[in-house]
Amino acid sequence: MSAIETHEREHHPFLQHHFEDMGQQHEASTLGMWMFLSTEILFFGGLFLAYAVYRNMYEAAWIEGAHHQNLVLGTVNTAVLITSSLTMALAVYFSQWGRRIATFFCLVATFILGSVFLIIKAVEYHAHFEEGLLPGAYFTYHSALAPKVELFMTFYFCMTGLHALHMVIGAGLLIYFMRRAWRGDFGPEYYSPVEIMGLYWHFVDIVWIFLFPLLYLIGRHA
Amino acid sequence: MTSVTYHDVRLMEPAQTRNYLNVDYGFFSWLLTRDHKRIAILYMISVSIMFILGGFFAMMMRLELLTPEGDLLTSDTYNKFFTLHGIVMIFFFLIPSIPAILGNFILPIQLGAKDLAFPRINLLSWYLYIIGAVIGLYVIIVGGVDTGWTFYTPFSTQYSNTHVFGTTFGAFIVGFSSILTGLNFIVTVHRMRAPGLTWFRLPLFVWAIYATSLVQLLATPVLAITLVMLMVERIAGVGIFDPALGGDPLLYQHMFWFYSHPAVYIMILPAMGVASEVVAAFTRKKIFGYKFVAFSSLAIAFLGFLVWAHHMFVAGISVYSAMIFSFLSMFVAVPSAIKVFNWTATLYKGSVSWQTPMLYILGFIGLFTIGGVTGIFLASLGIDVHVTDTYFVVAHFHYIMVGGAVMAYFAGLHYWWPKISGRMYPEWWARLGALLVFVGFNLTFFPQFILGYVGMPRRYHAYAPEFQVLNVMSTAGASVLAVGYFLPLVYLLWSLRFGRKAGPNPWGAVGLEWTTSSPPPKENFHETPVVTWDAYDYPAMLKAMGETQNV
Amino acid sequence: MIALVAPFPLFPEQASTIAPQTDALFIFLSVVTGGMSLLIFLTIFYLAVVYRRRPDNELAQEEEAPHSLEIAWIIVPFIFFMSCFVWGSWLYFKISRIPDNPLEVYATGKQWMWKFQHPTGQREINTLHVPVNRPIKITMASEDVIHSLFFPYFRVKADVLPNRYRTMWFQATKTGRFHIFCAEYCGTSHSGMVGWVDVMEPTDYQKWLAGGSEGSLASQGEKLFQKLACNTCHTEDTTGRGPILKGLYGSRVTLSDNSEVTADENYIRESILNPQAKLVRGFGPIMPTFQGQVSEDELLKLLAYVKSLNVAPALSRREPAGEPVPHTPAKETKR
Repeated sequence: MSAIETHEREHHPFLQHHFEDMGQQHEASTLGMWMFLSTEILFFGGLFLAYAVYRNMYEAAWIEGAHHQNLVLGTVNTAVLITSSLTMALAVYFSQWGRRIATFFCLVATFILGSVFLIIKAVEYHAHFEEGLLPGAYFTYHSALAPKVELFMTFYFCMTGLHALHMVIGAGLLIYFMRRAWRGDFGPEYYSPVEIMGLYWHFVDIVWIFLFPLLYLIGRHA
Repeated sequence: MTSVTYHDVRLMEPAQTRNYLNVDYGFFSWLLTRDHKRIAILYMISVSIMFILGGFFAMMMRLELLTPEGDLLTSDTYNKFFTLHGIVMIFFFLIPSIPAILGNFILPIQLGAKDLAFPRINLLSWYLYIIGAVIGLYVIIVGGVDTGWTFYTPFSTQYSNTHVFGTTFGAFIVGFSSILTGLNFIVTVHRMRAPGLTWFRLPLFVWAIYATSLVQLLATPVLAITLVMLMVERIAGVGIFDPALGGDPLLYQHMFWFYSHPAVYIMILPAMGVASEVVAAFTRKKIFGYKFVAFSSLAIAFLGFLVWAHHMFVAGISVYSAMIFSFLSMFVAVPSAIKVFNWTATLYKGSVSWQTPMLYILGFIGLFTIGGVTGIFLASLGIDVHVTDTYFVVAHFHYIMVGGAVMAYFAGLHYWWPKISGRMYPEWWARLGALLVFVGFNLTFFPQFILGYVGMPRRYHAYAPEFQVLNVMSTAGASVLAVGYFLPLVYLLWSLRFGRKAGPNPWGAVGLEWTTSSPPPKENFHETPVVTWDAYDYPAMLKAMGETQNV
Repeated sequence: MIALVAPFPLFPEQASTIAPQTDALFIFLSVVTGGMSLLIFLTIFYLAVVYRRRPDNELAQEEEAPHSLEIAWIIVPFIFFMSCFVWGSWLYFKISRIPDNPLEVYATGKQWMWKFQHPTGQREINTLHVPVNRPIKITMASEDVIHSLFFPYFRVKADVLPNRYRTMWFQATKTGRFHIFCAEYCGTSHSGMVGWVDVMEPTDYQKWLAGGSEGSLASQGEKLFQKLACNTCHTEDTTGRGPILKGLYGSRVTLSDNSEVTADENYIRESILNPQAKLVRGFGPIMPTFQGQVSEDELLKLLAYVKSLNVAPALSRREPAGEPVPHTPAKETKR
């Protein structure tokens, strides 16, 4: 590769100056997002590990706790989130083709589906509060295993709460990308922001795919 | 033998170019900079302040320990001081020091790149560090925390009356600074190397920082989530780690050490990287067994994840898991030993200079060796039962972290000071500082090995009277050490104004950073370098340096 | 007590069956690693001098040391490390495996004292009487946070956990008094959570089990006052966490609800058994109860001691070093 005079050559408006070309920029951003997702795996992983340890110790309480989750709402949420991953993947596809309107609407659909997820989650949280299952000062649930059920609920709220936080951040990012898509920023030479947004969104979706059986489906076999 | 001498390149007049320091002026040109070099300077200032703060706590502790009774500080205050000493030194000094200062400044230049992959994330890393530090300072001002930097439960969750939440939150924030820095470095090394710079032509400093970054990336999130659970338990009163409510305090320890053991490799790997650079430059020789040293960094990073429970041999884990962790801990000693032997072998038939960076690194090699072999003592189960939780452990980790990492940091600081500042420091004052640090350090910490074996436990405010003489020796050493650290603060600042101006390559060393001006221009190189030589290939590099325009 | 070679201890006394074995491994490690380190240091020094930079040695020679050394210094240290692992694990097994027919002792760690109970009913605080040459098995738990029971001259320690029993053992090989330290940071008086193991000849131990006393009631009370660690909070000046006891008996005391009482015998007794019942104004509710830990006899001794504090000069506060503290066995402990 020959030497480059940085200030004289024509370059893409979104090329950042410390990169040689769009290809390098794209590869760097993608690798960066994969590295970030690996940290997220370890971050959620710690919770999953602790969950697994206590599930092993208090299986009965874990089953009891899982039975207090709303299976209908959880299933609906799972379907909603998987569909949002579809719309997100479509948004990436359309951005690669430079189809501005299609990209925009797929991002909007993803945002709406994500918001539906969060609303349903809020409904579930409220129901738990009403039932006295919020760990801490407001825990009024009574049963033989109540203290360990409280521990289960602690994990439920921590795991779904952390997940919901990531969804909220994702939703905020989607708004930012909707603006940029509408402006027509993305095309065949420059779609990596949408692609890495897609990676992030898919990751958050996969976390839920793990959370759902672990928190809703234990001990529910026939 | 080449016929080119180093005098040609070493004493070149500094060019009157604009460089990264004078290209922009003003407060916001620094606070909103995206230049990795300026961000490194920002880190240097904030990290140095935290080092002084951590040193203050240490000084108070050592003063208290002059007498067996607890007569200088109350018990609670002493407990807060050792806790804060650990937290400040580990999270706010050692972990960022070499990566965020020297790594930030030098890594892109050694790669022939214009900046890191994500300059704005680099700035974000610094701001996260500052936010974490401000939270930490706030906690100190409003009363501190007394749980030990390890925050063991249930003391930290149910019994401590101090600012546990604030402290863990500050540590949580600063952890993300570390994660993002690691992420940035990994992507930069993978994607932004100059043309011709293949992996096995990389300087060993890059290999070391790369390995460190892998650990920062993957280990720190586990600490983050552990601290989150600690905070939840503290606030909500739930029993994740509290045995009275069904929780398991040992689960906390496992999760904490899963990060905190790799963390010590975050602290030492960059130091080893600096050692390789300095040994190569001050022997003017390729590091012996380059590939072995490169792979040993990766091996240490990997193996470091497998040994965490050697901090828990007496904590209540089973005999069999203790054996597994002891076995694995023996493995991680091997790559470290390889490095020490390889640095030594590099001296053979080299041209060994005794300038300050080399003095610090020779000290580093010696002290790291002692610290490392005492790690073998601790990994040997039967011995560990006696010496764990005593001053033997304190001496061991200070040999590695202070005799090792801090000395290497000072070596790197002196080595790259001309590049960073464009000035030379005064050599004889610097050598005096290195000598004082070496002598003071050994006097401070060697008696602690003895203290530990004769039974003095750690974190003791008052102690049995027969331990006094050794404690007095240790405090005397600490005073010498303090002077040794104070000197560089003075003369490095002095050199910024009065130091002799440095040319691009004052040491006659090999490396891309020495082909550009001191200080470098904002974009690091006037033209992107094309690398056709191996790392530390002195004969080939000299020829290439004659052809470049980067002065 | 401690063999002093220098004016300070360089090496701890060996007082248990395990101690010489730990020391043997330690010396092996010290000699080998010390020797290896010295060899490295000398090599570095030699090479740095012989090949130092001089005008005729500005550039290094291109020759390198033989690369077969690389393999040698991987294999040899590894073998050494593995031998440390094997020996260390063997020793660890010995430390973990409790011998047959041990004498049982129960220990409780709590902030900030060690309580030992013998199966025959004797209770001790911060002191442990055991016979020599007999394996002692300690079963222990913590009442609050994690502590660690450490006997440096026996070379053993184990963390003491809340809500979970753990065991450790030792066999003392010589009589005398040896340190007990808490080795896991546990809060304010972590460094005060120390005590003594009193290793006795079997006959002396039997005598101790059967009981025996010496000294006046007040002086016995003083010893008890120190043994129960009352003096860590009830200091002689205002820095303590508890009220000053000098001049207390018979005086008027203002309580936290601003009422006043006279500090008579019943007040003092209640303050020991149920400290929260009458809190002195200006002090927090932090005194632990000694209900079940002091017998009526002992309460009397403590009462006598507190009364004696009205008389100036006070009795000597410091227990002379090296003097064994005889324990008056509890006759009937109130529950």
